Amino acid sequence: MKKLGNQTLKLDHPPTILDTASIVGPKESEGPLAKYFDKCLEDEFWGEKSWEKAETKIFRETINTLLAKSGLSAKDIDFSFAGDLLNQCISSNFGMRDSNIPFFGLFGACSTFVESLCIGSVFIDSLACNNVLCATSSHFCSAEKQFRFPLELGNQRTPTSQWTVTGSGAAILSKKGLGPYITHITPGAIVDMGIKDANNMGAAMAPAALSTLCTHFEDTGRTPDYYDAIITGDLGHLGKSILIDLAKSKNIDISENYDDCGVLMFDKKKQDTHSGGSGCACIATVFSGYLYKLMKQGHIKKLLLMATGALMNSTTSQQGESIPGIAHAISIEMEKE
Amino acid sequence: MNPMETPKEYNAYVEAKAPKSPILKDCMRAFLVGGLICSVGQFIFEFCTFKGLDQTSASTIVSICLIGLSAFLTALNIFNKIGKFAGAGSLVPITGFANSIVSPAIEYKSEGYVMGVGAKMFTVAGPVLVYGISASILVGIIACFFV
Repeated sequence: MKKLGNQTLKLDHPPTILDTASIVGPKESEGPLAKYFDKCLEDEFWGEKSWEKAETKIFRETINTLLAKSGLSAKDIDFSFAGDLLNQCISSNFGMRDSNIPFFGLFGACSTFVESLCIGSVFIDSLACNNVLCATSSHFCSAEKQFRFPLELGNQRTPTSQWTVTGSGAAILSKKGLGPYITHITPGAIVDMGIKDANNMGAAMAPAALSTLCTHFEDTGRTPDYYDAIITGDLGHLGKSILIDLAKSKNIDISENYDDCGVLMFDKKKQDTHSGGSGCACIATVFSGYLYKLMKQGHIKKLLLMATGALMNSTTSQQGESIPGIAHAISIEMEKE
Repeated sequence: MNPMETPKEYNAYVEAKAPKSPILKDCMRAFLVGGLICSVGQFIFEFCTFKGLDQTSASTIVSICLIGLSAFLTALNIFNKIGKFAGAGSLVPITGFANSIVSPAIEYKSEGYVMGVGAKMFTVAGPVLVYGISASILVGIIACFFV
């Protein structure tokens, strides 16, 4: 492993993303990507008595689906890295409770999926592990309960608000395999440009995405056209267009090959999701279900995957704090150098 | 212009770029639904006075009926759809107050009847009660001395 520039690591032994799995909720099942997910749920409770239990079950079953698909057992997994949005990351903690896999709980808000892939890659690159597991989850109802208002409250959502994705996505990174490979990781620094509106996460996170994007290109010497696709996590419609503007102001043109998982997940007009999807599961399910398959089928050969997170909670919002943003990026390529 | 120079510039840029709420449409909907709710209240009031009740009793029955109806529709997952459409139209009348108490009660039932339903029931309506009651005490004291 080698450090390039300020904050990028080039992996000497790029891990293969051996397999992925994804389970999504009912609203995501009506979206344009529904056919790519392993399982689409018909109701948000999935037979459980609370939103938190339902999210835990979605998380656990995604891991079980992934192990079954990959043909590995829990014993074959050396370490796991996971997180979610609920206080103290309970969905991952409780989801992994019976797995007996050594576990690192992570919190990077909606950036957690790529954060877990970053750390997992370094563990594989050390050559001390064969397989590691990376996963995240989120649930619209449990997130609304924790961060906003009760679901039955008759209020209106603002045009910039985003819809937390219900679901979970997981991936196994492996020492052996034929790709796609994680070749570079660029963990981001926290950027806060003073946005205080908790209903405008896209605008709060876009500057962090810009910072990581610029740093990645500087560190690696690459340009946007090196990648077949540059995909961010959950900037949504507004955040996506802000990032394009911001990049342009730095003389970086990403308008050709850039998209956002929050934009891809829902049909904005039909599904009334305002600025698009968000949540830990947004990039996790879109990557695990959709992008990974596109890579395996050869439609995308070089992907820059960048998850964005808004690092606040409801207390900081009530105390009038602005929202710190973060973005972590990884290069996923079908061929290693 | 480079929107990233300072937080102030960035906030101004975001403010200009962000889609706005359709104020005129929202106002029209609030007017129609709010007016409809008040008309229902007025209808109940007229019916009660027609049946021979005095004005105070009739007003109380109007409140009871609208609160009951709103709580019932909240439990059926209908009130939030009305609220989404009408905004302040269903929020401002007493229907919104009932909804703001019933909705957390439903949401926090999973934490039990004491620390869930009991403790969390007023998380949304609490401020309205605190400042509503405080204001009425203040007005009462002023009225007591000066009127």
